[in-house]
Amino acid sequence: MSTAKANTGKRQILSALRRSLRRDQPDEAERAAIDRRLRTPQANLIPARGQIPHAEQLDLMVTMLKELSATVVRLGSEADVPAAVADYLKGENLPPKLRLAPRDDLRTLPWDGQPLLEVEEGIAEADDATSVTGAFAAIAETGTVMMASGPEAPITLNFLPENHIVVLRASQVVGTYEEAWQRLRAVTGPGEMPRAVNMITGPSRTGDIEQTILLGAHGPRRLHVLLVDDGPVHDGPVGENKNG
Amino acid sequence: MQSTSHAFKDNARAALANQTLQKALTNVKSGFIGKRAKARDRLPEFDDLRDAARDIKNHTLANLDVYLERYEEKVTASGGHVHWAPTAEDAVKAVLDICKRVDARVVTKGKSMISEEIALNQAMEEAGLDVVETDLGEYIIQLRKEPPSHIIAPAVHLTKEQVEADFRHHHTELPPERQLSEPVQLVAEARQMLRRRFLEADVGITGANFLVAETGTSIIVTNEGNGDLTQTLPRVHIVVASLEKVVPTLEDATTILRVLARSATGQEFSSYTTFSTGPRRAEDLDGPEEYHVILLDNGRSNMLGSEFQDMLRCIRCGACMNHCPVYHAVGGHAYGWVYPGPMGAVLTPNLIGVDEAGHLPNASTFCGRCEAVCPMRIPLPKMMRHWREREFERHLSPPTVRFGLALWAFFARRPKLYHAVTGLQARLLGYFGRAGGRFDALPFARGWTKHRDFPAPEGRSFQQLWAERQRDEKRASRR
Repeated sequence: MSTAKANTGKRQILSALRRSLRRDQPDEAERAAIDRRLRTPQANLIPARGQIPHAEQLDLMVTMLKELSATVVRLGSEADVPAAVADYLKGENLPPKLRLAPRDDLRTLPWDGQPLLEVEEGIAEADDATSVTGAFAAIAETGTVMMASGPEAPITLNFLPENHIVVLRASQVVGTYEEAWQRLRAVTGPGEMPRAVNMITGPSRTGDIEQTILLGAHGPRRLHVLLVDDGPVHDGPVGENKNG
Repeated sequence: MQSTSHAFKDNARAALANQTLQKALTNVKSGFIGKRAKARDRLPEFDDLRDAARDIKNHTLANLDVYLERYEEKVTASGGHVHWAPTAEDAVKAVLDICKRVDARVVTKGKSMISEEIALNQAMEEAGLDVVETDLGEYIIQLRKEPPSHIIAPAVHLTKEQVEADFRHHHTELPPERQLSEPVQLVAEARQMLRRRFLEADVGITGANFLVAETGTSIIVTNEGNGDLTQTLPRVHIVVASLEKVVPTLEDATTILRVLARSATGQEFSSYTTFSTGPRRAEDLDGPEEYHVILLDNGRSNMLGSEFQDMLRCIRCGACMNHCPVYHAVGGHAYGWVYPGPMGAVLTPNLIGVDEAGHLPNASTFCGRCEAVCPMRIPLPKMMRHWREREFERHLSPPTVRFGLALWAFFARRPKLYHAVTGLQARLLGYFGRAGGRFDALPFARGWTKHRDFPAPEGRSFQQLWAERQRDEKRASRR
């Protein structure tokens, strides 16, 4: 579409909207109020469910994940991750092979302790059966794992393999979505987002055939969370940015 | 898509006689209603969140022009492009232009009702593109060359036996002796067949549940993960969205998301809620190189400021049709266009005209369940009434209806006469019907008695019973 044509469409729509709103431009005060709302986003009503002490948020996270047909294991330390991955794959009868998200904190784990495990880094390839990724955060309210895309977090790892293993640190678990957004803004800057933020709430599912719920429609059939205890977290009031 | 809304009555008659459809439709009632109720009961703040969600949308609609401008600025700043499309033709052209410029061959699609509205698939196929629907329900109906019958469960009108037959007919490269009678086998086969298509696609098209002005983000809500593969693997991601989808901030989107999945499928949150902003960044390892948003008006700007403005709050959860006795009886195809059920009965006449879709707002018992469950508190029955009024004013209703209404109005303006006549009527009907308690035929009521019996009145009208009760109560209190 040429720029001139594009501008015509825009002008046409905006003037139709203003005609329907029975005004031309909004006055300065209204415009300023809108800009303020966009610059400093405010929380609306937040359900009480997630506004609980951090230890209880972790329990809630585990409960919700299980309800969603995901699985979860709590680990005492990061160093336990490779063995937990190997155990999981063996337990599910899956090939001992995985595609690892290219991030330092995962790369430097003691993978050599699992000599049978074949570990490759990078984006997901079509025939990868299992990926291991690192979460950006998790939201206990609904048992949701939050992934933020970037060079260390390719998006395809979340969707292409049949089995998705997520390494989640306890300190990354928050109670509510509002807290998760604050943590993201603290990293990306206000008003900025990565290409993709994926809120993942359980494995892929469909009810499209006679409303029968089945897992593994197009995305992962299995979602396995390794919840790593990474030391005490101090409770702050909801909305306070714990990362900043 | 070509509308058959004008033929609603014939469509409905055919649907009622279709046994396979009737069997499939039982899944709507059993599948959705209980799950929504459970999800609502589990969240004490649910009804307050509905109020908050309504207020957010009302505020946004009152400033829609400004929020759209802000939204576009952020999309552009993150490396994406917004294409403003006043009409369906403009939107189709914008998509085709992009596909042509990038020399696309295969186009995958996530479920998008807007793309149905603008008949995008047909146009792309005519342009020689290989178009693949990837949502399981959409894939099935694409094989059958049918429109969706439900906005979130497009193939809800089908039984698994029908899906098996379709897969056997189309997937001829697979061994014919394979087992395919269970849903789990059907899902696995669709996964296998579509995997290849995801990987070879040049362009991926999705809809949007929300657009966020704060960040220039589009949001999709899915369960299968097909939308994410659609928008991540190809070189180009195109979003087709109507302009009322915009909300101010991520927090505002979050509030509405809290009522969306619960109202739709009864889930706390859908499996995948994806926030997309611009194309892949320079240092990213995957994701599309181009990101385009087609912003569609197609009649919505006219709804703004009219008695139908509240309809622009709709978030397409499908709760209204899931709870609608008329939808339960006839299914989505009878409505004849993209949007069925109560939300369709209000929206469709707005988008394709009341001349074409005038039957739809009449296909309601006004039981009010749609409004009672709507997460955005849209007064659907009230707006259906607006359409009936308009239809009457424009003399679109048939002479028999107009005569009947005029007759009723004559009596209604003369209460004494009204009571005398209805009282007599009730006594007569009660007398003649005293044996069976019902009539299987009545003069002037064949339209009713053709399909069901007319219950015989007990002999006295409601007004009479009410008056007697008042008298009795007075007498009792005096004693």
